[in-house]
Amino acid sequence: MRNAVLTLLFALVVALCPRAVRAGELEQALDDLGSDDFGRVAAAVVSIAGSGHPRALPVLQALEDQKLSFDASGALLIDTGEGFVMAISGEPRAPNGALRAIAANNRVRRALGPAVSRLRLSAPDRAARREAALELFKRPDAATLDVMRRALERESDSEVRDLLSLGIARLELHSEDAERRLAAVTTMRRLVDVSLREDLERLVAARPDGSLVETDRRIRKKAHAALRAIETKTTLINLVANTFYGLSLGSVLLLASLGLGITFGLMRVINMAHGEMLMIGAYTTFVVQNLFLGFAPGALDWYLLAALPAAFLVCGGVGIALERLVVRHLYGRPLETLLATWGISLMLIQTVRLLFGAQNVTVANPSWLSGGFELMPNLVMPYSRLAIVAFTVGVVVLVGLLLYRTSFGLQIRAVTQNRGMAASMGIPAKRVDALTFGLGSGVAGLGGVALSQLGNVGPELGQSYIVDSFMVVVLGGVGDLLGAVLGAMGLGLLNKYVEPMVGAVLGKIIILTLIVLFIQKRPQGLFALRGRAAEV
Amino acid sequence: MDTSILARFVRLHDRRGWTAFGACAVLLLLVLPLTLPDYLVPLLGKFLCFAIAAIAIDLIWGFTGILSLGHGVFFALGGYAIGMYLMLEIGTAGVYRSNLPDFMVFLDWKELPWFWRGFDNFGFAVLMALLVPGVIAFVFGYFAFRSRIRGVYFSIITQALTYAAMLLFFRNETGFGGNNGLTDFKHIYGYSLSDPATKTGLFVISGAALLLVYLGSRYLVCSKLGRVLRAVRDDEAKVRFMGYDPLRYKLFVWTLSAVLCGLAGALYVPQVGIINPGEMQPAASIEMAIWVAVGGRGTLFGAAAGALVVNGAKSVFTGLAPELWLYVLGATFVLIPVLAPRGIAAYGGVLAQLLRGRRAVADTPRPPEPDREAEESVVTEGSAEVRP
Repeated sequence: MRNAVLTLLFALVVALCPRAVRAGELEQALDDLGSDDFGRVAAAVVSIAGSGHPRALPVLQALEDQKLSFDASGALLIDTGEGFVMAISGEPRAPNGALRAIAANNRVRRALGPAVSRLRLSAPDRAARREAALELFKRPDAATLDVMRRALERESDSEVRDLLSLGIARLELHSEDAERRLAAVTTMRRLVDVSLREDLERLVAARPDGSLVETDRRIRKKAHAALRAIETKTTLINLVANTFYGLSLGSVLLLASLGLGITFGLMRVINMAHGEMLMIGAYTTFVVQNLFLGFAPGALDWYLLAALPAAFLVCGGVGIALERLVVRHLYGRPLETLLATWGISLMLIQTVRLLFGAQNVTVANPSWLSGGFELMPNLVMPYSRLAIVAFTVGVVVLVGLLLYRTSFGLQIRAVTQNRGMAASMGIPAKRVDALTFGLGSGVAGLGGVALSQLGNVGPELGQSYIVDSFMVVVLGGVGDLLGAVLGAMGLGLLNKYVEPMVGAVLGKIIILTLIVLFIQKRPQGLFALRGRAAEV
Repeated sequence: MDTSILARFVRLHDRRGWTAFGACAVLLLLVLPLTLPDYLVPLLGKFLCFAIAAIAIDLIWGFTGILSLGHGVFFALGGYAIGMYLMLEIGTAGVYRSNLPDFMVFLDWKELPWFWRGFDNFGFAVLMALLVPGVIAFVFGYFAFRSRIRGVYFSIITQALTYAAMLLFFRNETGFGGNNGLTDFKHIYGYSLSDPATKTGLFVISGAALLLVYLGSRYLVCSKLGRVLRAVRDDEAKVRFMGYDPLRYKLFVWTLSAVLCGLAGALYVPQVGIINPGEMQPAASIEMAIWVAVGGRGTLFGAAAGALVVNGAKSVFTGLAPELWLYVLGATFVLIPVLAPRGIAAYGGVLAQLLRGRRAVADTPRPPEPDREAEESVVTEGSAEVRP
């Protein structure tokens, strides 16, 4: 019954379509696909492509992918990977008897390529046409040159037009006709595309015997100009990309080191377990994600929003406990505090290992953070990184407000500047210590949530950030929010600018060397506290 | 007072001290080599190297108040220098039957890089094992101390140093075997490394080195220079006001400490048979500091004992309950500074006094209360004895 309706519908479509060949011809063409004569198969391909039938493209593509077969009853079926569908209707259908796949030799393929491309290039959907044009540009096929020219004539969308022009230019670069080559190079110069660098470089290169590949001086000149334009554009793209990645790395470093800097300024102790707060924050995210999976799968996309306060509270709590139980007893002995907090970090790592296993756990990006924003071709900014930069700005603003606009912040700053004097003015220095430790750890916990969106979450997560966040503190000075921001961003940017030039490892070494040299000039960091408080 | 070197040397210990030292010497050089089962010889030999490194760290931390979290790099550099010699000593007996070390064949290198030249000579390799850590420490220390980087800042910078070195050595292109480091050694100075007699020989050499390093360090800290170092530790500004240049003293002891650490690394590698960048991990260097903290800072013998105790405990625990070891180590880091800031050496003194009938308990020098910013001072017994 349904089949009958479909056939009727199909008949209607065929009847309405002015360029359509008669149904009988299409059926004949489809039958011909099974022929042993490749000449007839090729002719059938052309005929199907010209039919204007909505299923023409899937059928030809299936043929191209060798997914097209006849079953024993003579029905033409497409293997979709999940099951078989009728070639002509797209209806699911179980094959009847043994399948006979349709083979395609080179002759058939030569007919197929342009046919499929033409169908795709005349699709009504702009995105589909763009996709097709992009593919033709990336993998040029001389057989499709005419198809592309004709598509360009009727194309109205400028982006698809550009892609088609570039695709044509790429093919005509090898044309016998010097004028065509010149036109191709001119197009390339006009629409600077960085992926054409190698084509152009081959054009202006010399053969091993010393003769020139391209002898026409006008073309050579144009090609050099195009190469220069590509060079400029590449530099620009790299600069933008590196800046973006540098800022996003800087944001992570800032989240990691903000608390470290505040507590160091306040209590003159380095908390080696600070990196583990990142790790605990990331694991809290993991736990919250699993709770959502278990209890509220529908709201899974929003688990991150719940993970933020959870991570802040968990890490803040661990931080306060750490201060109360250990750091307090080592007051005035910074080097021993350093060792003791290192011991704490070992125990925290081992605890997490026993609880969650030594392997990395999976924290998935929510759907609204997957994917990215294409700023320009060859430059995609992942949403997760954009979100982290924005999130860091928010955290810094909040911490800034807390430090400079609340009485608690005033107390922190007072104790940082002069502990004894602050205490004699009635500020409960010990309580400020504990709460600040908690605040710093909580911020690191937020950093852990952010990190869980960027990479692997494992027990050693915090270890890899500890040296870098200390460098931020060293660079930015202590007890100054602006210093921390500039230190972190400076380090992040420097990292990403140096890395492409010398590689990741050498880049890191160069940066560490630069920092050591930098402290020669400014031992107290970019923003030193002035007065006696500055003595470390 | 007699100031000849020999006389001062004799005064390093009182009679009981020398007796204890002699007992240790007999134990290390005679009894243990003759009685230890074969499988324990390299293990204990390794501990002796750690004890040398601990003494080196005690010099800089316990006596001068500078906590280095990067001594692993000096240890490893000493080890790499000897490792390079051992690598070339393999000759064509490697997997690829090539003159080049196996990893270079694997990387398709055609000839020895320039910085491997000369390492086929044993004397040169030993010299480099001491010289390279020394020169690097000197340059690094000069820049750090000159700009008066102190306290936790210095500690963090040294950690960055070892971290950077680790990254560098992890690269294959650096030319030291990358990730895997140098291993698969066959001979040292013609003796087979798999022969138990060679292992015992290396053990005896390590023991002798430990004893000599101890005596030399003891001599140093008992000298006038040692007193300046302690003064730097307790109040650097005052030392400067009195006309001393702390830079020179700190730089000297820092470089010496690095050289001793290089020596320890050089003795370590032939006994364990491998050196890789893992030795430069920041964690490894921090563990070295905890040996000294456990043993007792500013005591030298305490530091050596701490290295033996902590590593002994590590061997036992990683055998029995590996998942618990990090807890034990972590707890040691936390509890020693809180509960026993003077380390086990302090309890050794108490024990000795108990044996002597509690006579001298009242005379025990008490450490001054810690200052706000200064490291806690630890008064050594030795310093009291040589005072005129």
